[in-house]
Amino acid sequence: MDIAQPDHSRLLRPTGIGDWLFALVLAGAAVFALRQYGGFMDVYDKAILLLVVPGLAAIGWAWKPFRVFLAAAAALALGSVTLYQGDLARAEQVFFLKYLISSQTAIMWMSALFFIATGAYWLGLLARSDFAEKTGSALTWCAVTMGTTGLLVRWYESYLIGTDVGHIPVSNLYEVFVLFSLITGLLYLYYEGRYATRRMGAFVLLVISAAVAFLLWYSFSREAHEIQPLIPALQSYWMKVHVPANFIGYGAFALAAMIGVADLLVRRGILASRLPSLDVLGDVMYKAIAIGFAFFTIATILGALWAAEAWGTYWQWDPKETWAFIVWLNYAAWLHIRLTKGLRGPMLAWWAVIGLLVTAFAFVGVNMFLSGLHSYGSL
Amino acid sequence: MRHRSTSRALYELLSSMRFAISLLTILGIASIIGTVLKQNEPYNNYLNQFGPFWFPVFEKLELYTVYNSVWFLTILGFLVLSTSTCIVRQARPMLRDMRSFRESARESSLAQFQHHARLGTSLDADAARQATEGYLARAGFKVRANPREDGLLLAAKQGSWTRIGYFLAHSAIVLICLGGLLDGNLPLKAQMALGGKVVTSGNQLISDIKPESRLGLDNWSFRGNVFIPEGKSANVAVLNVQDGILLQDLPFTVSLHKFHLEHYDTGMPKRFASDILITDNATGKSVEKTIEVNKPFEFDGIMMYQASFEDGGSRLKLVGHDLRPGSTAATFPAEAAVGDSIKLANAGLDYTLEVGSFRAFNIENMANEEAAETNTIASLEKHLGSGAKSPTKKDMKNVGPSVQYKLRDSAGQAREYQNYMQPIEQDGAWYLLSGMRESPSAPFRFMRIPMDEDGKADTSLAIRRVLLDKGRHEELARRFAGVMLGPDAAPAIRNRMQETTAKTLELFAVGGFESVGKFIESTIPEAEREKAADVFIKILEGAGWEAWKIARASAGQPPLEMNGVRARLLRDTLNATSDSLHYGAPVYLQLESFEEVRATVLQVTRSPGKPIVYLGSLLLVLGVFAMLYIRERRLFVLIKASGEALVALSSNRKSLDVDESFRQHRDAIAALLNPNAGPSARS
Repeated sequence: MDIAQPDHSRLLRPTGIGDWLFALVLAGAAVFALRQYGGFMDVYDKAILLLVVPGLAAIGWAWKPFRVFLAAAAALALGSVTLYQGDLARAEQVFFLKYLISSQTAIMWMSALFFIATGAYWLGLLARSDFAEKTGSALTWCAVTMGTTGLLVRWYESYLIGTDVGHIPVSNLYEVFVLFSLITGLLYLYYEGRYATRRMGAFVLLVISAAVAFLLWYSFSREAHEIQPLIPALQSYWMKVHVPANFIGYGAFALAAMIGVADLLVRRGILASRLPSLDVLGDVMYKAIAIGFAFFTIATILGALWAAEAWGTYWQWDPKETWAFIVWLNYAAWLHIRLTKGLRGPMLAWWAVIGLLVTAFAFVGVNMFLSGLHSYGSL
Repeated sequence: MRHRSTSRALYELLSSMRFAISLLTILGIASIIGTVLKQNEPYNNYLNQFGPFWFPVFEKLELYTVYNSVWFLTILGFLVLSTSTCIVRQARPMLRDMRSFRESARESSLAQFQHHARLGTSLDADAARQATEGYLARAGFKVRANPREDGLLLAAKQGSWTRIGYFLAHSAIVLICLGGLLDGNLPLKAQMALGGKVVTSGNQLISDIKPESRLGLDNWSFRGNVFIPEGKSANVAVLNVQDGILLQDLPFTVSLHKFHLEHYDTGMPKRFASDILITDNATGKSVEKTIEVNKPFEFDGIMMYQASFEDGGSRLKLVGHDLRPGSTAATFPAEAAVGDSIKLANAGLDYTLEVGSFRAFNIENMANEEAAETNTIASLEKHLGSGAKSPTKKDMKNVGPSVQYKLRDSAGQAREYQNYMQPIEQDGAWYLLSGMRESPSAPFRFMRIPMDEDGKADTSLAIRRVLLDKGRHEELARRFAGVMLGPDAAPAIRNRMQETTAKTLELFAVGGFESVGKFIESTIPEAEREKAADVFIKILEGAGWEAWKIARASAGQPPLEMNGVRARLLRDTLNATSDSLHYGAPVYLQLESFEEVRATVLQVTRSPGKPIVYLGSLLLVLGVFAMLYIRERRLFVLIKASGEALVALSSNRKSLDVDESFRQHRDAIAALLNPNAGPSARS
């Protein structure tokens, strides 16, 4: 067993000129955004923007390929903005917008790339083909880049509809499904690099493909992709932090569940010679649940702070809140059992898989079956 | 002695992990109940849902307010208790462990660590110590040296803060639960039990509510709603408790200047805001402020939020159209405010008008549904491009104000109506729409009264009046037969024609097309029905045209020529007339003018637990991160007089990182202890 990168404590330090350059460009981009779009932000929005700089810099320092990804997505998004020239109609007229980097097209590319990547990973796993797995990795990188570009451009497009309509694209079920797909993809790519194995991709990409399939159905049969303005309750800077934090949680839990599936298969001797060892799978599962739990905790607290401002009380047992609480309890119990009891074995894997069902219900099921204040996306 | 052992066992149980995990599970399952069963609904809804047998059972189990129920709070209480005992139990050993360097660890026990290695060294003891200490400090360890018989033990540790994380996270749970308890309805329950406060019914004037249902200014925890119409003020909040209300006195008076309600082009709400003036009752000091969703305001320690809005008693002017056949006074005026209940008194009408709601505008999608795209490529094309374009055609239009009211007859039976003030275009013609339903769960069925060339409903209503007037049927039949057969027709044929027409009009006057249809079904063989139906419709249209002529003549208007537009008006009038016979009330109330008055609903809260909960949340985040991401490592280097060194590493967690970090430290120390050996000197 080989771990590609050394101990974590070293990771958050810049190690070369590239890291400093990355941080500098991020800071420059933030200043540019403040100058260009500061008029649309309140003081909290600006504070969030400034805090994103060290956050992204730290991720880039700890995980080098992230820098390239972010630069590519930002360049594509800027390219798109340039081609738009402030006119939405150009999405239909300019070739590169229509077929590459307008928001809907980019999201369609993301969907297609995720599907092909899933196939490539499975081919690699079954045929023991290094090349296919490398292709899977490359395609996944391309998919998250297109997805990120799509969301960034969608953000811009929403302001082109009207300055009173513009908002960050994390406001309804369609937008957060894109967010979910690319956050899960990024988390997976991180572990792929850190554990130097591409063998888990086949499983993790399955859950992403499922999300993408839902996204396509939601878009084609329900026309859910049209940008909608924000209702008053959602007009808040809290949305920018609450929703992404939540989806780091959901994405990490989904990833852990798929590793759990792989773990259970290995225990039954299925694909055992092809998949990583139980040690590695168990470690990735723990890492994913830990990061998911930490961010889910933050997200729930941020949600409570927002609820206190929008609805007048930080907690009122709305179905979404209650299910968030249930998800939180579930993973709190999981961590207690693993860390304090030191338990290992199939039970943890089963629990992670069932945890995904609980999480999925909190994420989608509540919107479908229960009514409450969080009814922002119905099916 | 026995007593002590029981309490000891209880303490063990409460602080055990098994108990805590069970509690988390039970709490999770219990929480689900409240998401499946809608909470805090009016009791009547539950009674309808569960019936008279189960309703009181579920009420006893407090299933309508699960999260405030005694049993739920008891489970939470146990969680607090379990977490607290866990903290107490862990505190001493953990703190001891945090401080300790374990510098007296024996060589034999170090050699049993999963991660240990024996290294050779080419340095003397002092140099080896210096090199190792330097390395450990650089690697972020705190070191304690223990020179002893078997050599020098350097006991180093890092990441002890992860233990502090444990205390932070677990005391956070206790804080959050306690803070939440202060803001829940427990304080209110206590006041009702101890202070003799009783819930009262919501359908009474505020001034009539007795002191035992009023909560004083000294109440330190509450959440209630303040209802203020534009131009009015309020100084009490209403607390919804169980199936009734309590009043909460406020230390200030809030007046509403104006309520702002803005919409996007799509009809989605954009902004709710209240321009208010708050005056302190004690000092008389006042503040002007605009409260919006997401922008609350604090005054006197009480937070005020934009919760919702209602109609504040908009004043409406209505014109009543008497739909009874043969009625002489065709229209009469009526005035009412939203929320009013008035008697409609016009020539023997006996109905009560209850005005339910008024909307100043209604934004509707007026586009016709497009045929679905079948071609896949074309369908994909539609989904490319910007996220701004709508794949389906939309034509959002404000169709103007509407009023919703109930008409209750003398028997107490009520039907609900929804009328639009302005005509609405459908398929190129304009109609006044009036919807009726018999129960709140049913959709409205609309009667469409066509507008005439002057843009009024008068023509259609006038034709209707003649058509339904039994006294005119003979005349209509005669005129129609005359027009159809000409002056030279045989009297027998003419009589038959006349009879059929009169019969058709009579049937139509009873139940519209429905009666005519039933008559056809019961008397005409199936094969000929379609043809017969055409004949009946021709008769009705012809008689309708005659009715139109009569109506014009009696109003002193010149005769008209038939054309396409008029033919359509006539057909629409027949439809509207037919629908009016199932309208459920003999009067159609047309909205003539209005003066809108809005009211805001502000939520006011005093939540003493909030800072405690927020502090708890902060501690929770710090604690979770400390527990999960600060790694505790203990590294022991025993430098023996024999020129050998034993390196051992322990951690509070087992994970792959530990293997990796041991390998790094071992290799680094091995290199330091053998400076001349080159990179290959590894054990």
